[in-house]
Amino acid sequence: MNRDRRLFGLIRENRTPFVLSFLSGALAGLMMIGQAFSLSTAINAAFILHKPLSALKEPIALFALFSVIRMLLTWAGHTEANRGTLQIRKKIFSRLAATVARRGPLLARSMQSGKLSLTMQKGVGALDAYFSQFVPQLFLAVAIPVLILIAVFPTDLISGIILLVTAPLIPVFMALIGKRAGALTDRQWESLSRMSGYFLDMLQGMTTLKIFARSRIQHDAIREAGENFRAATMKVLKIAFLSSLTLELVGTIGTALIAVGIGVRLLSGSMAFQSALFVLILTPDFYLPLRQLGQKFHAGMEGESAAKDIFAILEDESPEPRNGTATPERKSVQSLPISYLNVSYSYPRSSTQALKAATCCIPAGTTTAIIGPSGSGKSTLLSMILRFADPDSGTISIGTDPLESFSIEAWQKLISWVPQHPFLFNETLRENILMANPEASLEELQRAIVFSGLEGVAAGLPQGLDTPIGEEGARLSGGEAQRVALARAFIKDSPILVLDEPTSHTDPELEASLSASIKTLMENRTTIIIAHRLETVRNAGHIIMLQDGAVMHSGTHEEMVRINPFYQKALAAGEDQPS
Amino acid sequence: MKTFFRLSALVRPWFWWMALAALTAFAATGSGIGLLLTAAWLIAKAALQPPLAALQIGIVGVRFFGIARGVLRYFERLIAHNTTFKILANLRLWFYDAIEPLAPARLMQFKSADLLQRIVDDIGSLENIYTRVLAPPVTAILTSLLMWFLLGFWSRDAALLLLLFHLLAGIGIPLLSTLLSRGNSSGILRQQALQQVLAVDFAMGVGELQLTGNIQKHLDLLEAAEREKLRLERKNALGDGMHEALTGLLMNGAVIAVLSAVMPLVESGQTSGIALSIVTLAVMASFEAILPLPASARHLEADIHAGKRLFEILDAAPEVITPDDPRAIPEEMTIEARNLSFTYPGSSIQALDKVSFTIPQGSHTAIVGPSGSGKSTLTSLLMRFWNCSEGELSLGGENINRFHPEELRRHISLVSQKTYIFATTIRENLLLAKPEATEAQIASALQSAGLGHFQSRLDEFTGQHGMQLSGGERQRIAIARAMLQDAPIVILDEATANLDPLTEVEIIRAMEEFTQNKTLITITHRLQAMEHYNTIIVLKNGHIAEQGTHKELLSRKGVYCRMNMLSRIAKTS
Ligand SMILES: Nc1ncnc2c1ncn2[C@@H]1O[C@H](COP(=O)(O)OP(=O)(O)OP(=O)(O)O)[C@@H](O)[C@H]1O
Ligand SMILES: Nc1ncnc2c1ncn2[C@@H]1O[C@H](COP(=O)(O)OP(=O)(O)OP(=O)(O)O)[C@@H](O)[C@H]1O
Ligand SMILES: [Mg+2]
Ligand SMILES: [Mg+2]
Repeated sequence: MNRDRRLFGLIRENRTPFVLSFLSGALAGLMMIGQAFSLSTAINAAFILHKPLSALKEPIALFALFSVIRMLLTWAGHTEANRGTLQIRKKIFSRLAATVARRGPLLARSMQSGKLSLTMQKGVGALDAYFSQFVPQLFLAVAIPVLILIAVFPTDLISGIILLVTAPLIPVFMALIGKRAGALTDRQWESLSRMSGYFLDMLQGMTTLKIFARSRIQHDAIREAGENFRAATMKVLKIAFLSSLTLELVGTIGTALIAVGIGVRLLSGSMAFQSALFVLILTPDFYLPLRQLGQKFHAGMEGESAAKDIFAILEDESPEPRNGTATPERKSVQSLPISYLNVSYSYPRSSTQALKAATCCIPAGTTTAIIGPSGSGKSTLLSMILRFADPDSGTISIGTDPLESFSIEAWQKLISWVPQHPFLFNETLRENILMANPEASLEELQRAIVFSGLEGVAAGLPQGLDTPIGEEGARLSGGEAQRVALARAFIKDSPILVLDEPTSHTDPELEASLSASIKTLMENRTTIIIAHRLETVRNAGHIIMLQDGAVMHSGTHEEMVRINPFYQKALAAGEDQPS
Repeated sequence: MKTFFRLSALVRPWFWWMALAALTAFAATGSGIGLLLTAAWLIAKAALQPPLAALQIGIVGVRFFGIARGVLRYFERLIAHNTTFKILANLRLWFYDAIEPLAPARLMQFKSADLLQRIVDDIGSLENIYTRVLAPPVTAILTSLLMWFLLGFWSRDAALLLLLFHLLAGIGIPLLSTLLSRGNSSGILRQQALQQVLAVDFAMGVGELQLTGNIQKHLDLLEAAEREKLRLERKNALGDGMHEALTGLLMNGAVIAVLSAVMPLVESGQTSGIALSIVTLAVMASFEAILPLPASARHLEADIHAGKRLFEILDAAPEVITPDDPRAIPEEMTIEARNLSFTYPGSSIQALDKVSFTIPQGSHTAIVGPSGSGKSTLTSLLMRFWNCSEGELSLGGENINRFHPEELRRHISLVSQKTYIFATTIRENLLLAKPEATEAQIASALQSAGLGHFQSRLDEFTGQHGMQLSGGERQRIAIARAMLQDAPIVILDEATANLDPLTEVEIIRAMEEFTQNKTLITITHRLQAMEHYNTIIVLKNGHIAEQGTHKELLSRKGVYCRMNMLSRIAKTS
């Protein structure tokens, strides 16, 4: 059995409850022996010695006492194991959540959200059985049989030897099946996690499935997913059950051997009835913890499989954004240019470079437009300023300070961001806007709404601003959803603005009015805007053109018109119509 | 209670399997009792030193019961779990079949993470309904009956006493458990659902959360849910420990009580002393069947909670119903709207207001108008995601309600404004439109969508929502997908909004070629190459402000003319 060291490491971090649990388990084992002793004494007295009932009071009272103490100890053992487990779960959960938070969108985008959520919830939950059941049982499976052996040996040597010989069969056998069962449990866990990721994706994309008339076909895919999961689970369970059966048979045969042996010796008179009864009562208890270990083995293995997913996230090797300590000053951020120097970057697991030695400057207090064909790395360039990723080589600095020297959280406070594909929470319109600045006054909220052209929308919603806007803004039109993201930027008063195609779904009229409000917003702020429409680009003070991840040209509109063929062509394309 | 019956009705098809499993479970417990009983009989008898032959039956009994118990237990587990997972898989299918018709109109108010919670975890918790809720009481009752007859053989009093203890342990403790832990199990499920929503929001919106400074707040919420869940689980575990201990205590009490009832009989010589050890061990073994009962009560609560959540969705009536005898889609596919009106439920404004137009087969139409004027709503109605409130939408002269919705959708290629890319490979995303597409077809669709260079990336993972692709790449995949579907009607809803002008022009050109003999409806904000369209429909506030050709509309000097001016001014200033 190749137990996961990292899991045992967690126990070491929270030692006390587990030690207490082990201790009470062992003490409960002692009480059990006491119980067997007093019970056999009582029955012996009545049955063989024909003592009157009154003479039995003492052993029966002892039996009751041992029972009560054992019960309390067992309870304490459970409780402590449980306490330790919950501590571990809490810790792991926090670590996981913090890692996802730290690694940001890059990690989250790289896996299905349903899977990530499954790991955070079910995965951490699956550790429970491992720590609260499997680990204590592992200990009990050693401690209790040893205690019983110590009690049985002086009483009846032959029975002791039988126990001693049959007991190791159990761990040996378990070691044999452990490996195969482990692989199967991994597969079972994987099919559960695949199912969860797949279901969420399918639920969210149901409309798209319907568009292609493929939603009902999914019935088959679900049947398949369910069937795979069932098959994988049954394979694991079959092994688990079969091992239980074998353990049980070993236990039974052991019990039978001892019972028959004792019977024969009783018959020949070479053994006292009380010792016989004592041993016989203890025999099932000798095998029980071993058998239970077989049962909890499966639960424990699920925890180990889940732990692999958990540690894959916790111990991911790919670089994460470096968090500095300095706090950027608002004033200086407002007045210093941001410069890229030889910045190269490739996404994890991607073979091509998304940015190739990009060098450019974003002047302070004005607007810089980034243009370039689709897929040329514009959004990637922005994600560096947003601190979602750090360059593989090269530096980005504001003034002379590299961005990495700042605390990410403090830096992000100074940025307003309108992503290309904004994510709206399934909460009310008010919450979706206010999240960018919870302290905003009602007036500021109103202003942001008016600026982003949402006042008519808010008025039309059943409960106005307090209407839930649906999954990813399902209750809003495409343009309206985009403007909610714009409203977030308006309400957050920050010196840097990062806008990734903020008006791509807007009609000309509204765009004109939005452009005016964006202009007001952009005054005295460093603004970086990705835009495809040349009307927006033209108004920018500075233009950077990307192609295939490299900066091709940069300059003002006039300069670009003169020297840049792509720009000229794009200009022509934008006006590709006879007027 | 109603929920419980509905849940039980769901598992009825597996009744015989479940009955078989319960019986096997009882037989296994019975063998356990038999094993201890015969073993005790054996040694007690042996202590009286009879001839060996007299013990033979005991020896055989011990072996028989010992092996029978193990084997029966094995089969019981196999049958029970196999049945359980069959039930689960079927419940999932059944749930999916029930929610599929509800999408998207009736599912809008639910969070997808919450639905996920229902389809995976709520149904998962029903796993217990058979193994942990329905079966244990049956086994317990049978075992209790067996003990009644067994003990009744020696002493009525002993049997009565044991019954009393069984009742205490089997009914009293579960009742106590329900009383003490009321709300725990459903509370845990509730926290899990909350956590699921938070975790999915967290995964999908982590960028927004970071940039709006909400990440810590969100983490706190997640952890608060986790803490609350753990608190409830701890309460449950404490309860479990207590119930287990109490049951153990009752078991020992039962041993003492039964012994004290039998001992006088032994003393007075009415029964043989053998009974003493037999009875003790049999009583101990019988409690094995009682032990799972407190947990049953708890699982029942969880199941009912889960059941309620499932039925809540299933009881919703779908917006769109498939007609009983759907018409075949006609050859001639002119789209016509007559006085079409539509209001979203709960909304105070009409999204569409008495709209009438005709789109002849093979014509190219553009729909333009301010954001929120109802353009996408029109496509949703045509796709039968919603029913028209008033008026009529027809295809080839037949009301679209008469067709099978799926059949209708197969005849329309829609590139929706809210592009959805599934988190699988690029290839899978394309094949969605046409599972039997050949490599060559895929290549040509990619080529037309300006993604020729993606040929080598077909098996790359697209990431959650396709977010490992650039915005423009996502849109072009959606376009390639629609081309692959190759339906006679093509609708592009802002399909090129995220593309740079050069790429856009190329794709529009490819699209024009592709749709030469097809009906094309383009929804757009960029008034480009508008003279190529046969008709332009200008929507405003849900009604048609103008319609006509580019030239006609310009000469009318209305809304369209102003829109055109605005984009022109912006360009040439
Ligand atoms: N998370 C990611 N993992 C791997 N590759 C990525 C990821 N995000 C983007 N890419 C790839 O990097 C390249 C640059 O993408 P980026 O999003 O920066 O393009 P863009 O210039 O913003 O394009 P668009 O105008 O279409 O939005 C693309 O080829 C894209 O497929
Ligand atoms: N599912 C919905 N529930 C309630 N209201 C909705 C829903 N979808 C859209 N609306 C509302 O209906 C109106 C029309 O929306 P629609 O999506 O048709 O606009 P659109 O013309 O496509 O706009 P855009 O150009 O911004 O995409 C909008 O006011 C919108 O808020
Ligand atoms: Mg982009
Ligand atoms: Mg729209």
